[in-house]
Amino acid sequence: MVKEEKEIANRPDNTAFTQQRLPAWQPMLSAGIVIPGFVLIGLAFIGIGVALFVTSRSITVLEIDYTGIEKDSACFKCSNADVKNCVCNLEFSIDSLFEGPVFFYYGLSNYFQNYRKYAASRDDEQLSGDLDAFTAPSDSCSPYDYNGNDKPIVPCGAIANSMFNDTFVLYRVVNGANKLVPLDGKGIAWWTDYNVKFRNPSVTPLKNAFNNTVKPIFWPKPAYQLDASDPANNGFINQDFLVWMRRAALPDFRKLYRRITDGEYAKGLPAGNYSLTIAYNYPVQSFEGRKKVVFSNVSWMGGKNEFLGIAYLVVGSLCVLMSIVMLIVYAKFKFPEED
Amino acid sequence: MTVPKDIPEKWFPLVLPLKRNKQKGLNGATSKKKRTEEERKVRANDREYNEKFQYASNCIMTSKYNIVTFLPVNLFEQFQEVANTYFLFLLILQLIPQISSLSWFTTIVPLALVLSITAVKDATDDYFRHKSDSQVNNRQSQVLIRGSLQNEKWMNVRVGDIIKLENNQFVAADLLLLSSSEPHGLCYIETAELDGESNMKVRQSVSVTSELGDQNNLASFDGEVVCEPPNNKLDRFCGTLYWRDKKYTLSNQNMLLRGCVLRNTEACYGLVIFAGPDTKLMQNSGRTKFKRTSIDRLMNTLVLWIFGFLVCMGVILAVGNAVWEREVGFLFQSYLPWDPPVDNFLFSAFLSFWSYVIILNTVVPISLYVSVEVIRLGHSYFINWDQQMFCSQCNTPAEARTTTLNEELGQVEYIFSDKTGTLTQNIMSFNKCSINGQTYGEGSDPLGPQPKRLDFTPFNPLADPDFCFYDDTLLEAVKVGDTHTHKFFRLLSLCHTVMSEEKSEGELLYKAQSPDEGALVTAARNFGFVFRSRTPGTITTTEMGRSVTYTLLAILDFNNIRKRMSVIVRNPEGRICLYCKGADTVLLERLHPCNQELMNITSDHLNEYAADGLRTLALAYRDLSEDEWEAWSERHRSAAKAASCREDRLAAAYEQIEQDMVLLGATAIEDKLQEGVPETIAVLSLANIKIWVLTGDKQETAVNIGYSCKMLTDDMTEVFIISGHTVQSVRQELRRARDRMIEMSRTRDGKEEGVEGCFMGNGFREGQGDSRGGEKQLQCPPPPPSNLMDNISGEFALVINGHSLAHALEADMETEFVSTACACKAVICCRVTPLQKAQVVEMIKKHKKAVTLAIGDGANDVSMIKSAHIGVGISGQEGIQAVLASDYSFSQFRFLQRLLLVHGRWSYLRMCRFLCYFFYKNFAFTMVHFWFGFYCGFSAQTVYDQYFITLYNIVYTSLPVLAMGIFDQDVPDQRSLEYPKLYEPGQLNLLFNKREFFICIAQGIYTSVVLFFVPCAILSDATQSTGVPLADYQTFAVTTATALVIVVSVQIALDTGFWTVINHVFVWGSLGLYFSIMLALQSQTLFGIFPNQFHFVGSAQSTLLQPVVWLTIALATAICIVPVLAFRFLKVDLKPQLSDTVRYTQLVRQKKRKPAGRSVGGAWRGVGSVSEGRLGARGSSRRSGYAFAHTEGFGELITSGKNMRLSSLAMATFASRHSSSWIDTLRRKKHSHTNTPPSASGESSPAPSCVSGSIPPLSNSSSVLSQTLNAGVLTPAALRSQGGDSPGSWTISLGAVQEALLRWKGRASASNSPVKLAE
Repeated sequence: MVKEEKEIANRPDNTAFTQQRLPAWQPMLSAGIVIPGFVLIGLAFIGIGVALFVTSRSITVLEIDYTGIEKDSACFKCSNADVKNCVCNLEFSIDSLFEGPVFFYYGLSNYFQNYRKYAASRDDEQLSGDLDAFTAPSDSCSPYDYNGNDKPIVPCGAIANSMFNDTFVLYRVVNGANKLVPLDGKGIAWWTDYNVKFRNPSVTPLKNAFNNTVKPIFWPKPAYQLDASDPANNGFINQDFLVWMRRAALPDFRKLYRRITDGEYAKGLPAGNYSLTIAYNYPVQSFEGRKKVVFSNVSWMGGKNEFLGIAYLVVGSLCVLMSIVMLIVYAKFKFPEED
Repeated sequence: MTVPKDIPEKWFPLVLPLKRNKQKGLNGATSKKKRTEEERKVRANDREYNEKFQYASNCIMTSKYNIVTFLPVNLFEQFQEVANTYFLFLLILQLIPQISSLSWFTTIVPLALVLSITAVKDATDDYFRHKSDSQVNNRQSQVLIRGSLQNEKWMNVRVGDIIKLENNQFVAADLLLLSSSEPHGLCYIETAELDGESNMKVRQSVSVTSELGDQNNLASFDGEVVCEPPNNKLDRFCGTLYWRDKKYTLSNQNMLLRGCVLRNTEACYGLVIFAGPDTKLMQNSGRTKFKRTSIDRLMNTLVLWIFGFLVCMGVILAVGNAVWEREVGFLFQSYLPWDPPVDNFLFSAFLSFWSYVIILNTVVPISLYVSVEVIRLGHSYFINWDQQMFCSQCNTPAEARTTTLNEELGQVEYIFSDKTGTLTQNIMSFNKCSINGQTYGEGSDPLGPQPKRLDFTPFNPLADPDFCFYDDTLLEAVKVGDTHTHKFFRLLSLCHTVMSEEKSEGELLYKAQSPDEGALVTAARNFGFVFRSRTPGTITTTEMGRSVTYTLLAILDFNNIRKRMSVIVRNPEGRICLYCKGADTVLLERLHPCNQELMNITSDHLNEYAADGLRTLALAYRDLSEDEWEAWSERHRSAAKAASCREDRLAAAYEQIEQDMVLLGATAIEDKLQEGVPETIAVLSLANIKIWVLTGDKQETAVNIGYSCKMLTDDMTEVFIISGHTVQSVRQELRRARDRMIEMSRTRDGKEEGVEGCFMGNGFREGQGDSRGGEKQLQCPPPPPSNLMDNISGEFALVINGHSLAHALEADMETEFVSTACACKAVICCRVTPLQKAQVVEMIKKHKKAVTLAIGDGANDVSMIKSAHIGVGISGQEGIQAVLASDYSFSQFRFLQRLLLVHGRWSYLRMCRFLCYFFYKNFAFTMVHFWFGFYCGFSAQTVYDQYFITLYNIVYTSLPVLAMGIFDQDVPDQRSLEYPKLYEPGQLNLLFNKREFFICIAQGIYTSVVLFFVPCAILSDATQSTGVPLADYQTFAVTTATALVIVVSVQIALDTGFWTVINHVFVWGSLGLYFSIMLALQSQTLFGIFPNQFHFVGSAQSTLLQPVVWLTIALATAICIVPVLAFRFLKVDLKPQLSDTVRYTQLVRQKKRKPAGRSVGGAWRGVGSVSEGRLGARGSSRRSGYAFAHTEGFGELITSGKNMRLSSLAMATFASRHSSSWIDTLRRKKHSHTNTPPSASGESSPAPSCVSGSIPPLSNSSSVLSQTLNAGVLTPAALRSQGGDSPGSWTISLGAVQEALLRWKGRASASNSPVKLAE
């Protein structure tokens, strides 16, 4: 009796798990699955690729470099760093209707917003409206945390300090007269940035929150005066500031400047001549950077992106090709199916 | 067994894992330094005097830590591991703000996890060590203090104390036996714990002290012992006792060693000579090494390479950083000023190097080590849980005692096996006999109905109920009173040295020195000739119910040279008769010429028995006249008294009387193999594993077992015997054997058109004249298909004797020996000492770079078990020392095939797949940073969120690969047993090696390229449908991370071959977990609490809603996976591995069988027709095996009456006084030793017959196994039935396997023409 009990104690459990007999699916790369699978994947990719390619083709993009390095460039005169408050006019024409809604971007190249120290040079607590961080910015902002007089800089850090400050005004030239094209600067930043990540301190007026702080060194105006026209668009929730603070992943990038959605331009920019007045403030020549403006419309899949369509087409075709090769190989070295 | 079952466990601390011993050793060394002990002086009953020498106390300490030292010591130990130090170093780097490219928690979280898990494990281990230490140290022993016996704990026993031992007690320390309750100061001990020999040994005290007797005298005993310092020689002790101005020489005969058990002796007193760590047992627990698997070593090398790689990457990126800072960063300073201390591009590059070391460190994540441990632990549990390795007779499951070696089980090439208790059960059974030309015993028709077991009780009330015999004709012959039969059994009942014990009337207990003798006397007992008792001068038997007392005139004892023993007795009628039993070779020469005809018949029978692997003895008698006896007796007396050459003169005297004998017949004893041994050996050798038997047994016994377990077969081309006594002769014999092999393989080459040349021929021709050449011969590329049969049957075997082995193991002979021995299919080393066993293993390890496994059951196998890569202990036979020293233990040899072919193979496969995938996934993950470096000014900016980096290895990707590493199976277990060739990839190290590693790395790097550049190309221009560009850093990070997780998940899905529920849960769960954790970490709630920690707020929601992002991920996944898929498909199609084929056929079969129900066996039926069971292939070779155990007989002891005691307790297996160990005996007699090759080379069949009939059988027939599995419950009966009792079933599967393998091979060779792989 005792022995029997002991036996039960020692004998391993007879379960599917302990005996490694769990029911299992044992996939095998058999020809019946792999070859049709490749054909299907290939066809799907080709289909998607065609759709993407066609869509991408329908998107119009207008890109104009205004760095002003070249002598014939409209902004050549501004490219000299000594010239202050330079304004230049960029003329361009559109041959046919630039279908709307049209998005207006500015672009920078050779600009390393993804440099580690640059990226870290910000104080998220300060930017989320924490007044303690106003008086004592985080070390990560160094050397843009305090100015020469040991006054805290708000907003601190290299990113904020280097905010892009060229401004653009677009005119449609109608019969020789410049007609202002209204630009919509609302909602160009991420929803979470505007509503969650960046907050102004709950001090009214906003200016008081910035007492005993100084504006970033490169800024002409303090943060609470960024947008004179719209008092709500100031401080850390200024749309342009938000766009700038969402730093780019790659050294050549563009950022959304404005949307052209108002009134008669809702359908797009009509054919004709346009004049872009640029307040040229942002120096890029020192590091061989380029500045450009981009007008583009979008489809369901966003802006123009030929690479995506082509890549899909290539991968799809390769899959189909591969399936043919495999079929040939399989037919030649046929696995003994019969047994 | 007489050992109480619970005692061995208490001895756990005696066999200590190495580390602890090493520490011990160190301590010992330091104390030795203080005072190098050259000789030991011990004075009895004088603690003060002995304390001067500061001898070690009897307290043993095997634990490593105490509560205070645990944390520092354990941490110190853990940081000795390179990996841990490396991570600590990284952690320190990360604390330097200038270079910290990652938060400190990315390293500290995994590191803390790893350290604490290990610490908990170490603490638990040490706790148990403390417990067992104190258990042993607190055992009670009776110490004689100031004239009275006091109970003292073991740990308080001091050198010089006199302690009293009682029957069945463990000896507490190494004692000098002073006196005993038995006459002549004798006492009996069992040394199983010490040397594995389960028979009892006699120890005798020096005569002066044995007279001391009671404790009062002992208390005043003040003798002083001067002896050698502590050492580990179990069979040697040399010292001198000085007492009352006299010197007495002490030897091992006077010593009781710690670890022995006192038996059959009421009490004895001993003087403590060595205590605690100085005892021979502790000194012998041996140098143990930390075992690492070859995968471990490879992994360590690879990790080093990866570190090198890491440094290279760091250097490249640092150079990039220098250039960038000089060319671009310098100009970019207005937006991105250099830090004041970094005002130099070179310094910046230096910092960047360290920063990159930090972010690229994930190529060797700490989770690698943890995961490997977890997987091995899982595999160990599966071994422990395996019901098919559970022995219901002994109620012991298999146990993986080490959790770190599992995958090495899949790579074993050499198995070193003990014989007794491992291959055999060490049970002898009287199986057959030949009486006066008539053979009796089990019918040789295995297919016929099983004969009924004879019931002896009605005929003979004294019969032993356990005795089995199946042939009733013999019983009939006895009953009708056939004189020859009667004489035959009378001889068996008289001619032996067995002691009997009769506790109550008719309840006889025989104590035999060798189990053979016990079996013979028991057989006689059952057939009506019952040996009842003996005195020095008489033997009392009950013959056919009538009590008869014979006068014992002389015992002509057995020894190795004589190979026979005789007794001369006078029966009650006064007739004198000499009865002799012995090896046929010796005995048949000494017969009276008139026996010729009978001799021929008997000799045929003997050959038949020997061919069956039975141990044979021939029996003869001679009637002596009173005059003859008187004359001889006189001569014998004078020889016995001779001062010089006593032994030679005795031998001559014996020789004189043992002449002109009349042959009675022969006996055949079966040394019962363990269940399933031949089948297991057959399967293992099909798996290309070479099996060496290392045994302490005599050559003949060992060879016999070799035959009966089918290691040696009559189809072997040749069996070489090496038994030279000098270096030269051994060398010559080895060379000759090699030359012969070359010759034979040449002739075979010629005969078979070189088809199989590769296997032997080529290697040999190259190797001629070069002693190293032989090493290459087995390393031919996969043997051509037609070799398969030859691999199995017709090869060479080598038998080497202990003394020759000693020479062969000398440094300059090693290569010679290895090259010869490794060319042989089977190697048997007999008469080896425990140390030699270890040396042989070490030698193979040194010369062959192969994985070795040692399996044994006794303490004499411990050294071998410890030196082999893997040590396996057979539990439940002899002591438990082997088990304690082993890495795996189970109770049946046959479980070895399951351990290796199923568990080992799976473990290896899983570990390799795990490692491949693991390196792949980490390279794919980490190298993305490298590519990103070129776009971010080499600033060590990470691509991913730091939380992703922290969690990637420990959460997002760990579980699916663990599930694969633990549960994956390519083919089901019964298939791995059916196709032993599936084991080969492990031996050849094909699944994970440097090449495979580079492939994984390349795949990982390829994936990282795709994962970086595809999003890079697509996102740089892409925008959301709201026009917001997607090229911001956070979107990029989320996209790449998601693509990475998806790609590696798809890859693991491809790698997983066995999708259990758990795999599904883990794979899908990990993906789900990734998304939920990411969404949680980027949620507004968390940001609200720690705005500085969670920069990524909202990125996931925003990014994952974009169709372009998903298109990017899909594209990246396709580009990564499609080539892999195509490659794998083509590989399976063009170059299928055996496992692919097996898996494929398995699937097809399953599909087909589904409607008809599964009965796998049926399909395989009708192929094989091999129907010989245990009988095996019968050849023409003539072998003789004779049954006698290790040591000389004990005739002298019996006749001297020394061991005869009044108490009926007595039953001794004594040890002849002058043979302190058999090796000494051997040495003394070596010049006169003659060797009889069991197989004369000329007589053996020269060429392998190469037919399926000679193939060793396979066990685990598919039908039996699958039916059992289908039944769902493994009944013990079903398990047993696999063991080989049913010859029919395994032979069928054997044929099937052979055929299947052949076909597969055939297919492989003719890859252009598709061959059907029929079932």
